[in-house]
Amino acid sequence: MSATVPFASERPASPVGAVARVAAALPGLALAVDGVDLRFGGIHALRGVSFEAAPAQVTAVIGPNGAGKTSVFNTISGFYRPASGRIRLGDEDITRVPVHARAARGLARTFQNIALFRGLTVLENIKLGGHHTMSAGVLSALVYGAKARTEENALRAEIERRVIEFLQIDHIRHRPVDALPYGLQKRVELARALAMRPRVLLLDEPVAGMNREETEDMARFILDVQEEWGATVLLVEHDMGMVMDISSHVVVLNFGQVIAAGTPAEVRRHPQVIEAYLGAESAGEFE
Amino acid sequence: MSEFLEYSLLGILSGGVTALVALSFVLIYKGTGVVNFAVGEVMMLGAYLYYAGAVTFELAPWLAFVIALAALAALAVVVERLVLRPLSGQAAVAVLMATIGMASIIHGVVEAKWGGDTYSPPTLLPRTPVNLGEILIPGTVLGNFAVAAVLIGAFLAFFRWSPTGIALRATASDPVTAATLGINVNAAQRLTWILSSLVGTVAGVLIASSAGLSPLLASAALSVFAAIILGGLDSVLGAIVASLIVGWVEAVAAGYLGGKTRDVVPYVVVLAILVVRPHGMFGTRTIERL
Repeated sequence: MSATVPFASERPASPVGAVARVAAALPGLALAVDGVDLRFGGIHALRGVSFEAAPAQVTAVIGPNGAGKTSVFNTISGFYRPASGRIRLGDEDITRVPVHARAARGLARTFQNIALFRGLTVLENIKLGGHHTMSAGVLSALVYGAKARTEENALRAEIERRVIEFLQIDHIRHRPVDALPYGLQKRVELARALAMRPRVLLLDEPVAGMNREETEDMARFILDVQEEWGATVLLVEHDMGMVMDISSHVVVLNFGQVIAAGTPAEVRRHPQVIEAYLGAESAGEFE
Repeated sequence: MSEFLEYSLLGILSGGVTALVALSFVLIYKGTGVVNFAVGEVMMLGAYLYYAGAVTFELAPWLAFVIALAALAALAVVVERLVLRPLSGQAAVAVLMATIGMASIIHGVVEAKWGGDTYSPPTLLPRTPVNLGEILIPGTVLGNFAVAAVLIGAFLAFFRWSPTGIALRATASDPVTAATLGINVNAAQRLTWILSSLVGTVAGVLIASSAGLSPLLASAALSVFAAIILGGLDSVLGAIVASLIVGWVEAVAAGYLGGKTRDVVPYVVVLAILVVRPHGMFGTRTIERL
């Protein structure tokens, strides 16, 4: 398994002023999916799926439609509880940890269909990502006391510097998200995930529906997140060119099972992978 | 003309308390998706507890008021945990029936304990009337409106700017995504029920201490339903504006057409508006999401 990461299960401390440094120093955690079985009634969606996303690396999960990629993500997020098997974040078994408590442990994600809050502005959406890092209780937040205000200012400063400037979305911060073009909405969703100070970032089809230029921008942002923030990135993506370019490790799923795993070069040569993708036209009807 | 002004002013001012009750309802609907038919009974129970504290136990009115607020907040926590959370994910009709059941239980308990008499709880606000030119405005009407306005303003600011308020809005619009961001959805919904219950109690105490306290108080919520439907079920701003309109229509109808029409005319107006705008004046076009 991975090296021991101190304080892995604690929420990041936020001494005012030093927020950005502290957050920057939090290393990515290893994420392990271990023998996960998932059933919906008679459908066996995942069968003994095991793989690991190494800390501070980009790992990709690929496979034809209906292979179980999104099921894996939803199990890691905590929406689905596996019939057997475990999910481990760093040294901690999080299989039974509720969805919202996984955020405090450094798990963040984006969704295949953009899940921004309509009616809120870009900045409001992004700040919600930092919500769990604020420790002021509900009551003090209700009266908007000094502690809540200080925390919010610190959060805002961090978001400005590390997220909004980084993703180059300063010009749209006060716009409602509904009106933004698709590529920018995707970027705002990434920004919200980054505001969560992720140690493991799950990206569900981050470049789906994007043109060449938008895809290249997004690929660069993902690499920056991995290199500069040291976050562990796990992504599901259909764009093979992008997957092969930015991933250090690729896991291939088909019919709910891992059929291959390795470096992009290894996976590309794997006979079962070639077969799965050649047969993908018919398998595509499965979903 | 001055008669019309007087009816209008009094009507709009009394619409302020209606807006509080509407706010109590809309908070729940927006925050948890539950159509809460127990709004009127919550309001009534809060008022009876206030009366019991202030008159039966001879506490200072403000202390009785605080105790009533605390009791209703505690009740909201219990009901959310024991009734509504187990029902989450069930058909909307099942949840709606549960709220009607709770309304009946509260009504029964209140009638068993206090009977059908009308009581006069002490007022928390000054009764001194205010003279506006020729129009004499009763102190309680003005006081009720002021309290309602301040409370509603505070709520609007809370939902607009405070992180907790924004988190509640996010949870209301997409609980699944809110959970992945680290928002505890159960805690958010519990807070919503508490807030709604507190607002309802304030409205109940205001109405009871100006118009008297009897089990009929719960039916004050009926004109609120007219306002909510008119404003659009899921719009706080709509509920407020519509409450003022309904208050105005009620007062003008009662003034010119006789007191008995005040319960009928608002519904006629609401029906007429709904024919033109089925989602209310401010409601979201598709209220039910998949």
